[in-house]
Amino acid sequence: MLQVVKAPAERFRLGRVGWTLISLLALVAIWEIAALIAQSRYLPGPLAVVQVMVREAQAGELWSNIAATLTRVAFSFVVAMFIGSAIGIALGRNPGADRFFDAWLIFFLNLPALVIIVLCYIWFGLTEVAAVTAVAVNKIPNVAVTMREGTRSLSKDLEEMAQIYRFGWWKTMRHVTVPQLAPYSAAAARSGLALVWKIVLVVEAFGRSDGVGHQLNIAFQLFDVPMILAYALAFIVVVQLIEMLILQPIMARANKWRR
Amino acid sequence: MAPLTHALSVAVRKKVFPAVGLRSEIQVLKDITFKVDPGSFVVITGPSGGGKTTLLNIIAGLDKDYEGRIDFGGDPRVAYVFQSPRLLPWRTVYENIALVLPPGDPRLANIPELIERVGLKEAATAYPEMISLGMQRRAALARAFILEPEFLLMDEPFVSLDDPTAQSLRELLVELWSRRPTTVLFVTHDRAEAVMLGTRILRLSGGSASIAEDVPVPLSVADRLNREKVHAEQRRIFGNG
Repeated sequence: MLQVVKAPAERFRLGRVGWTLISLLALVAIWEIAALIAQSRYLPGPLAVVQVMVREAQAGELWSNIAATLTRVAFSFVVAMFIGSAIGIALGRNPGADRFFDAWLIFFLNLPALVIIVLCYIWFGLTEVAAVTAVAVNKIPNVAVTMREGTRSLSKDLEEMAQIYRFGWWKTMRHVTVPQLAPYSAAAARSGLALVWKIVLVVEAFGRSDGVGHQLNIAFQLFDVPMILAYALAFIVVVQLIEMLILQPIMARANKWRR
Repeated sequence: MAPLTHALSVAVRKKVFPAVGLRSEIQVLKDITFKVDPGSFVVITGPSGGGKTTLLNIIAGLDKDYEGRIDFGGDPRVAYVFQSPRLLPWRTVYENIALVLPPGDPRLANIPELIERVGLKEAATAYPEMISLGMQRRAALARAFILEPEFLLMDEPFVSLDDPTAQSLRELLVELWSRRPTTVLFVTHDRAEAVMLGTRILRLSGGSASIAEDVPVPLSVADRLNREKVHAEQRRIFGNG
């Protein structure tokens, strides 16, 4: 009853990795065939793209740009998670405030990302603060909505239990409230990260002089497709690594009590 | 441990559930007044939906929307065993029990023995969702007892268990209660359970519940573990009906 049976899950995972590899190989093959047929400098084959990637990596350009982008992602992600959670929890706790601010939330949810970016640059200048703010403002409403949902679903039963056994504020937060909100935080973090990646690139293309977005913008002006694809690929790899090495282990740890 | 000194006095004049939609206001409790002597085991029984849980929640301080007064004669330690175990699913059995004590509390040292006594030795490091409901209820019981509470409130803590499991938990409760004096308020609709456990039974009437009967149950601890004696006493108190 208490033993966790691991074998079938591992066999399943191995199979999944195999399938992923096969499917990726198929994608590369189709790409190669398409490039061979097209014979165009606007559709380079996989090998040409990898060569550009290696060249950029050796020159150090690739790393410095990815590092710049990652830093912006990290800052705006943390800011948005923090402020969005605070707003979401406050609205979930307080129905009156929720009724009042719901319309504001809908307004910001539907405000196009591009509008926020342009306005931030106009109001705060072409600065790092404006860039990070623009990304964070885009994501905050999403986080707030998810966390509001989580707060509404907090168990009254467990809250009463904590009250009877005199847990106090800190203990209740740590052992009762936060674990209940964890799945919602995780959902907000995952969908949020996906959103932040994309918006950071746009912000960089518009008003920054480094980062993957900036590099893509230059490549676009030169119609340098191998460069565009090289950065895109490198970026996908980095995002996947972060997902696999950071997010998934955290989730697995947070979920180990589940049946 | 220190002798029990707090006497509880309950005086609930009126408790209503407000009107919702087409349903009009409902008066659940009316003029319920009683005192509970230190060390007694008071069972509150009555028809289901008759306001027993509401009364217990008022006494526990969870429901403050009523007319009347609850006086514990100070600020005693109170534990509450709810109708569902209400364990934290993300904490192990041991952690759930330890969490009701402050860090560094000397009572933390008693947890392993208590866990063994309630039969959860093998499950101490398990998460609640991985053990049976009966085991979860044992954990909830241990969580209440580790506190060495002066008052123990219990709301049908053994419902939806099969009879042998429920009976073994009742025996465990009698044993724990006789070793560690505690004033208990126990809500149930099960008459045999009421007689087996209570030193006094308060029967609430249906409708706007008030106290219909207040009966002492003069059984020794040994008698309570004897089913025949419990049945005989049950017939004496409630008749054959």
